[in-house]
Amino acid sequence: MSDSRPPLLELQDITKSFGGVTALRGVDFTLRPGEIHGLVGENGAGKSTLMKIIAGVHTGFSGRFLLDGREVHFNSARDARAAGIAMVHQELSVAPDLTVAENVFLGNQPTNALGIVQWRRMAREAAEQLKRLGIDADPMSRLGDLPIGLQQLIEIARVLFSGARIIILDEPTSALSPPEVERLFAALRKLREQGTGIIFISHFIEDILLISDEVTVFRNGRKIMETRAADTSKAALIEAMIGKGRDALEDSYTHDITLPAPPTDKPVVVEADRLSLARNLKQVSFSVYAGEVLGIYGFMGCGQLELARILFGKLAPDAGQLRVSGEPNRFKSTADARRAGIAFVPESRRDMLFLQEPVYKNVSISILDRINAVLLKPARERALAERQVEQLQIRPADVEIDLGLLSGGNQQKVALAKWLSHPPRLLVLCEPTRGMDVGAKSDVIQIVRQLRDKGIAVIVMSTEPETVLSLADRVIVLKRGEVVREFAGETISKDRLLEAA
Amino acid sequence: MAHGDTVPMPEAQARRAGGIASLLRSQMRNIAPFLTLIFLTAFFAVASPSFATLDNVGNILTQVSVTGIIAVGLTFVILCAEIDLSIAAIANVTGIAVAYFTLQESYVNIANVPMPGFAAILLALALCALLGVVNAFGLTVIGIPSFIMTLAMMQIAAGISAMLVRGQIAYKVPPLITTLGSGSIAGIPWIVIVAALMLLLGHLVLTYTRFGRYVYMVGGNREAAEYSGLNVKLILGSVMVISAVCSGIGGMLGVAHFGSAQQNEFDTYLLDSIAAVVVGGTSLFGGRGGIGNTIVGLFVLGVLNNGLDHVNIDSFLKILIRGLILLAALVINVYAQRLRAKAAD
Repeated sequence: MSDSRPPLLELQDITKSFGGVTALRGVDFTLRPGEIHGLVGENGAGKSTLMKIIAGVHTGFSGRFLLDGREVHFNSARDARAAGIAMVHQELSVAPDLTVAENVFLGNQPTNALGIVQWRRMAREAAEQLKRLGIDADPMSRLGDLPIGLQQLIEIARVLFSGARIIILDEPTSALSPPEVERLFAALRKLREQGTGIIFISHFIEDILLISDEVTVFRNGRKIMETRAADTSKAALIEAMIGKGRDALEDSYTHDITLPAPPTDKPVVVEADRLSLARNLKQVSFSVYAGEVLGIYGFMGCGQLELARILFGKLAPDAGQLRVSGEPNRFKSTADARRAGIAFVPESRRDMLFLQEPVYKNVSISILDRINAVLLKPARERALAERQVEQLQIRPADVEIDLGLLSGGNQQKVALAKWLSHPPRLLVLCEPTRGMDVGAKSDVIQIVRQLRDKGIAVIVMSTEPETVLSLADRVIVLKRGEVVREFAGETISKDRLLEAA
Repeated sequence: MAHGDTVPMPEAQARRAGGIASLLRSQMRNIAPFLTLIFLTAFFAVASPSFATLDNVGNILTQVSVTGIIAVGLTFVILCAEIDLSIAAIANVTGIAVAYFTLQESYVNIANVPMPGFAAILLALALCALLGVVNAFGLTVIGIPSFIMTLAMMQIAAGISAMLVRGQIAYKVPPLITTLGSGSIAGIPWIVIVAALMLLLGHLVLTYTRFGRYVYMVGGNREAAEYSGLNVKLILGSVMVISAVCSGIGGMLGVAHFGSAQQNEFDTYLLDSIAAVVVGGTSLFGGRGGIGNTIVGLFVLGVLNNGLDHVNIDSFLKILIRGLILLAALVINVYAQRLRAKAAD
């Protein structure tokens, strides 16, 4: 690879704002033919925004966009595809009910002159393509019947062999097993030899260092560093990502935080014993004590979401046991978990709130059976809700208003409030401060601390290190479904947390 | 009675949501059916002198009673965003069952297991409840969509009916059922009183009990209900059983009302009941509406059916007109959902 070849893609001085928020400030980015370009940065650093500009999803931005040295303007993702740019998104976007071959050729099936799909040809070519990725799957089997990792590889295969000259991969390895990652990398290297330009986004710094030629680091919408992968290290990249010692705004979490010793004298509220679930969780064990906040940190796809749903009785583990106050418990429904004293706030507020119902009905829904076995007592419901609204400073302070009219931060407080009128023994919070402004964030942190001080056990799960660091007394790190590290009674910092994951 | 179940919107909230226009939009599902009812009543009153008489009001009330009893349970089901297509078939089989357990006249050539009246009634109720439990099991434990599950149950119930009567007609039912189905007190037919009481009971359960709140919440956002720690499957199962039992009661009284029990007697009640609930404005997406809406819907259908007889219209055209009214109601139903979502912005 020589720098004398003209760049495949060149972005100059790209700035992009959403409303009043600037997502990218004056970013330059270059991708050469036959280059694998690694992209790292924290959530919200601007990686995805930049990629969506390249893929034609975001169209309004300032700056120059050059393809093969000529300026282009995409009006849609369709234009970008026509120009040979393809992207694999982080979330699977496959058609599980179609065959493997149909998925490989989705929207692009080979047809004869009459427009009839040529099944045999499609199956043969799909099998050939998959073999190049080392995948040995029957092209006529239903995609949804295959393991998730294999589905992900097949989706990647679709893009890799679509003939695109520029391929963007967003977190492609999070659902893959190590041998699958190997196969993917082998295929990427082959494409590199053919001159394809590849942009590779990942939280897994090892993967970035292993596969990339160039690495670019983003932070707060700016390009912080660009370097050859061979000339850098994991520690240097993490330091650049989190801006240690440079960015005053973020320094609260870059300093060391000393965790208290685990409260082993207090009772264990919930104990997970070798919980396993399909490919998502492997023998996960931990205990959470009364009056402590246990942080569970990991990247997207590390198994957090599944673990939370097992704790709240929404999913049943394939193996392992959940013990509540020492007694083995197998929840048949979320109602069982609630009665056992477990409360849950999922990562998406919409999944637990009734936006078209008034605030007081949202607050009282989980405690109606404690108010009266049969009848509703609206006056008591309102009184309970009013107390929560006052304590949590929910605005506007009107329990009759439809919840959908409140701001996101206030909705999140209502999501918490519904569990507080009758405090649970264990509160499981997923991404409790995601997408909130600073004020709402610190309110939520305050609320969680107060609950902990009352003796409630709290589990905070997040993919954002700040969230875990700002709340947790003890931290475990999940990686690809396994507990890989526990921080307890020692000093912890953001870079140490990131290194463990 | 029309808005009996809807919680009045507090003034402050209406103001915040953007005043009277927004209030109208968000209440469209309650207002539109009521206006339809007023319009139809006015139209027939002008078009036919025999329509707006006290006698005819009594006729209409009697005519909608069986549908009303069945529609109580169906309202619960539709509020949960499910459907029950087996209501008419369960009504039919329950009516036949109660006759099957009652001693028939000797000229009725039918297999017959005579029992005391109360036992016949209890056995018939047990039968419809059991069929409801089967519906509930299929929906919640096995996971069959209610549309398909109750379609199968429709056939099963029809099959049991056929086995019991074998093409014959039975006439006798227990005295209590005869009285409630065809008797009257102080000039008011008992069946109207039963229908009114069941509608009232349904309304009270939906409005004032914990279970009623759960029905609305499960219909409003099933995932949120589950994450709030409600036993969603238990609630869905319960509404299927409630629907089957209401259908069974409607079927027993209907048999007494018609004076006979036979195959396919209730076929028209499936569409009529669904139409009453939906025309009344209960959301097909769940979570909105209630018994008040169902009552308005019942009267819209009752006035329409009865009124078309009074204006001397081609009876085949009647079928078409009913279809068009139902379509209009569906359009309003779906549209009201969108308007409300907009009003909430």
